[in-house]
Amino acid sequence: MNSLAKVHDTDTPLNVAASDHAGGDLRSASAGIKSVPQRAIRQRLSELNVLESEAIHIMREVAAGCSNPALLFSGGKDSIVLLRLAEKAFRPGKFPFPLLHIDTGHNFPEVIAFRDYRAAQLGERLIVRSVEDSIAQGRAVEQPGQGRNALQSVTLLDSIAELELDACIGGARRDEEKARAKERIFSFRDSFGQWDPKNQRPELWDLYNTRVQAGENIRVFPISNWTELDVWQYIARERLEVPSIYFSHARDVIRKPGGLLPVSALVQPRPGEKVENVHVRFRTVGDMTCTCPVESVATTLEEIIVETGATRITERGATRMDDQTSEASMELRKKEGYF
Amino acid sequence: MNATGNNTGSEHELLRFAAAGSVDDGKSTLIGRLLYDSKSIFEDQLSVLDRTSKKRGQDTMDLSLLTDGLLAEREQGITIDVAYRYFATPRRKFIIADTPGHEQYTRNMVTGASTADLAIILIDARKGMLTQSRRHAYLAHLLGVPHLLVAVNKMDLVDFSQSVFERIQSEFATFAQGLGIKDVRYVPISALHGDMVVTRGDRLGWYHGATLLETLETVDVAGLVEHDALRFPVQLVARPDPATGRERRGYLGRIESGFVQVGDAVTVLPSGVSSRVARIFTFDGDLQHAGAPLSITLELEDEIDVSRGDMIVQTVVDAACGAAPSVTQSIAAKVCWMHTRPLDRRRHYLLKHTTRTVKASFSEIEYRVDVNSTENVTGVDTLAMNDIAHVRLRLYEPLACDNYTLNRATGSFIVIDPSNNATVAAGMIADA
Repeated sequence: MNSLAKVHDTDTPLNVAASDHAGGDLRSASAGIKSVPQRAIRQRLSELNVLESEAIHIMREVAAGCSNPALLFSGGKDSIVLLRLAEKAFRPGKFPFPLLHIDTGHNFPEVIAFRDYRAAQLGERLIVRSVEDSIAQGRAVEQPGQGRNALQSVTLLDSIAELELDACIGGARRDEEKARAKERIFSFRDSFGQWDPKNQRPELWDLYNTRVQAGENIRVFPISNWTELDVWQYIARERLEVPSIYFSHARDVIRKPGGLLPVSALVQPRPGEKVENVHVRFRTVGDMTCTCPVESVATTLEEIIVETGATRITERGATRMDDQTSEASMELRKKEGYF
Repeated sequence: MNATGNNTGSEHELLRFAAAGSVDDGKSTLIGRLLYDSKSIFEDQLSVLDRTSKKRGQDTMDLSLLTDGLLAEREQGITIDVAYRYFATPRRKFIIADTPGHEQYTRNMVTGASTADLAIILIDARKGMLTQSRRHAYLAHLLGVPHLLVAVNKMDLVDFSQSVFERIQSEFATFAQGLGIKDVRYVPISALHGDMVVTRGDRLGWYHGATLLETLETVDVAGLVEHDALRFPVQLVARPDPATGRERRGYLGRIESGFVQVGDAVTVLPSGVSSRVARIFTFDGDLQHAGAPLSITLELEDEIDVSRGDMIVQTVVDAACGAAPSVTQSIAAKVCWMHTRPLDRRRHYLLKHTTRTVKASFSEIEYRVDVNSTENVTGVDTLAMNDIAHVRLRLYEPLACDNYTLNRATGSFIVIDPSNNATVAAGMIADA
């Protein structure tokens, strides 16, 4: 109820236009098309409502235009937003696609628990494919000291082939990273899963080309135009649950030049490294061995929004050691099939 | 969990604008300046910037590096593609379509302008109006961008001269008038030093208009659809399922223009069958009325045949209902060719218009537009990448459409080559 009720509360132009409309005045006014006052023409929606409607439209275009899509759901905040948008697009029906998670085996346990909880709560089918299996099969080769974000591409591409997917809906946003800033909402990938930044399909208006040949696929990013702040504001507005590690908690970390590295079964201090217990929260929840929390005392969504509005570090800059490897890490990973 | 409700301070309007210009005009510097002065640049980006500037032997931070994108671009020192960037002020949220300005990138400008509420045209104060300024203005106008903002940049290099600014303003105004462009605003700036971008500075005292950012924050964003008639292209049809409370078939889609309310008489195009709106369903509850650009699910009183690609409009009983779209198998349109493989008039293409895809052929090329001189070239038999032309298309099934100048959503289409699924052209209906 909240979103639409809110539009009406705050939106004088709509109320004016709507009451005119009910009284029939608007119709008589529209006889001379040019004379219709502008305020009556377009509902003045807030940016969140505009972004929401755009994302719903995109999801429905996927459902209509692609024969076998899946929605990538990790339990992270961006894909939590995607699930709410899918509810808005398709309820009271079932989602026209399964949920798919590429599990690195390096995920935070709270996030995996939340993933299963949320999928069950929605009554939607969740498919999990595991990077560990790809490594065991010799399809992916782990490099010591490197996270598994890049290895996900192998498992993802294998899953796309196995499940014969022609589209994967993902929660990537253009504000995250400069390679993403140039990527289309419907991002075409060839039969090797590769993204070719120099040869992208032109994307105009809201007219999306969903056509692929057998073996090719499209990655679709309905929240391309959202920022980190939009995501938190939407989560608060929709009262969405998120995994507990997004909120401030005390955690053992090792202070490294690239960020606070969380101590876990997979990450233990090396000789000489000092473990500190710090109040932190996660801004992203990726591979546990290279995703760093930020110092924070924010225990509510409102406090997170205030912090997000005031932060002076980008989401990935603060939290992803693998993106700091080189200026073009993401671009190179995407060319290899990363989402 | 911890959510306490709605008071999240998120009720901002959204403005999408395109910035056109080449590196030489200072476009990257301007965008860098907007992001920097509105505090939308983060410390880690700044430190990369600082490092890169120093590596290149520059003593001050080069704001233009902020918009540097891909490896391939950095290698070649050019911008390849449209990049989208985001910033917000307490008044609005902005999406910038950052479009490269070179002649060969007409298609990028067309892409960026297709969703823009406003286009910034950058002019170097030392050089005045150039061919590319005319081209950018023409393309913005062609794509129906409602507002143009001419930013006369590098005022610091012409001693902040009022007469230089006024000369450019007068020359541009004459040109814009010739094209029929209505809303043009002018602002003198120095993107490098920041004058009149976010803050006024103290060297342009003779200029009393709004700063560039003030204009972006206050320009009207509602003027994209020139009429209020309902246009509801159907994306999907949901079957009745009484177990979920859905008694009738549901038509999923987004209202592209106008309003709809329960009880309205509506017609489905192209079939022309009529019914009434029984219910407006959303996940957040039923609505009595809804307007563009909301995504909703419509239910109609009668069991009639409606499928994806159909358009639901208000039933026109008299002139007071607003214009009905044309239902036609022949359209005249301006198209921009976007693919390296040229148009082959012997072949069939696919035309995607709203949610409907139909087979189409190019029956006639009336003329090509020279985007530099804006003159028409006749006797053309094919179209190459970046060409803009006035054409006639024959459609194998009817479309319900409006002229682009009246309705961007129902007046636009893309052309797909069915042999490789490439998007090869974009079109704006001139006469449906």
